[in-house]
Amino acid sequence: MSTPVADVVVTGLGATTPLGGDVASTWDALLAGRSGVSRITDDWIKEYPAQLVARLATDPAEQIDRVRARRLDRSQQVAVIAAEEAWRDSGAADAGVPAERVAVVIGTGIGGALTLLGQDDVLEEKGPKRVSPFTIPMLMPNGPAAAVGLAIGAKGGVHAPVSACASGAEAIRWGLDLLRFDRADVVLVGGTEACVHPLPMAGFAAMRAMSTRNDEPERASRPFDKARDGFVLGEGAACIVLERADAAKARGARIHARLAGAGATADGYDLVAPHPEGEGAGRAITAAIRDAGLTTADIGHVNAHATSTPVGDTAEAAAIQSSLGDHVLVSATKSQTGHLLGAAGALESIFTILALREQIVPATANLENPDDDAAVQALDIVRHEPRRTTLTAAVNDSFGFGGHNIALVFTTA
Amino acid sequence: MPSTADIQAGLAEILEEVAGVTPADATPEKSFTDDLDVDSLSMVEIATAVEDKFGVAIPDDELGNIKTVGDAISYIEKNQG
Repeated sequence: MSTPVADVVVTGLGATTPLGGDVASTWDALLAGRSGVSRITDDWIKEYPAQLVARLATDPAEQIDRVRARRLDRSQQVAVIAAEEAWRDSGAADAGVPAERVAVVIGTGIGGALTLLGQDDVLEEKGPKRVSPFTIPMLMPNGPAAAVGLAIGAKGGVHAPVSACASGAEAIRWGLDLLRFDRADVVLVGGTEACVHPLPMAGFAAMRAMSTRNDEPERASRPFDKARDGFVLGEGAACIVLERADAAKARGARIHARLAGAGATADGYDLVAPHPEGEGAGRAITAAIRDAGLTTADIGHVNAHATSTPVGDTAEAAAIQSSLGDHVLVSATKSQTGHLLGAAGALESIFTILALREQIVPATANLENPDDDAAVQALDIVRHEPRRTTLTAAVNDSFGFGGHNIALVFTTA
Repeated sequence: MPSTADIQAGLAEILEEVAGVTPADATPEKSFTDDLDVDSLSMVEIATAVEDKFGVAIPDDELGNIKTVGDAISYIEKNQG
């Protein structure tokens, strides 16, 4: 191909998370080392081995109109809240971009689980005539993308990738491609999840994937630590506005960072277990760096997927080792946010962007004794407090049940 | 038996809850779709709420004929008790 690849930049950020109701409060809480994890006290949790959760810091009801909220699943409410913040932050609404050239890509891992399960209760208790007419639009996995599309008036295509915990990162990669192929001029991308409910909690617990450190909620999510015992389920959404650099500069937009490249692979190994050496994950990172036109030496920081599961973290450490070596500063921010599943890749991309913009790498909480695994031992994981440094490029990687691996490379503006 | 005014007030409460309609706007001449911005799925919710409040079921083929707040009031008056 002789056509030069378009430069794509980040012009807007939005989020609502267990650490804060917007990007600024989330980032401040992250750098301050605060935890979003707490113990569930509802009666139903009593029989559960894993009783921890990272709930939203701000109730969506405070941020979204009541009548609008009742037609949106919680995963859609938070997606709209994050999208509207990102959209405002970008200033794209005032730039006169035609709606037909604005696209949306919002991924979710689970979809409208609270609606599906809540309406099943209505069906069992009151019968089929009492099931809400909004059940289907509220449970469909493209619902968050569609709700966001309506909220910002996007008519250039609305898409909803679903790849479990890689969904948010996958949405960002789709956005990059849409801009490179000139399918749109502005793309709002992101991920969302809100499935704190007895059934998903029981399902993840049955997989032995969740931390049972119930007596120490804030210390339960401990990526790369010897005593890690599973992830903590979180909820929230994160959105990013992407544009081609020339257009963003022409309209005088604030550029947070550049989205330089992406890589996507599949493990081809097991439905849920990661490849033990992180083979597919490493290939995704290598592919993303090549796509960005960079070399491993350029990458100074990785915001790791690191969910705090025993097998996942060592596989990822091996992937980082094999693809990047040991010079990068690694952060595992799920130690404070919990695991936002389909929103994780989008939220951690925001952290990666802010690390580049602010030249500071967040710390990994609860890492007291790094795992004996040789690859973990070789990583330079930032601990105790954030580290000021000079960064020009950074990687965010995300993996999902199903063997999905996505790596994204961001560079400074 | 509730009076016409009671029915209008009850309907206004339902419209506020389901569709965010200001109670003072829920007057008989108002069209659900054209004036109050109530879509077809919300009409289904309104029908369910009417059944709960007034004990009057509105079958689907009747629901299509109810265009205004006044139509709904008349239907409830005619079919209650």
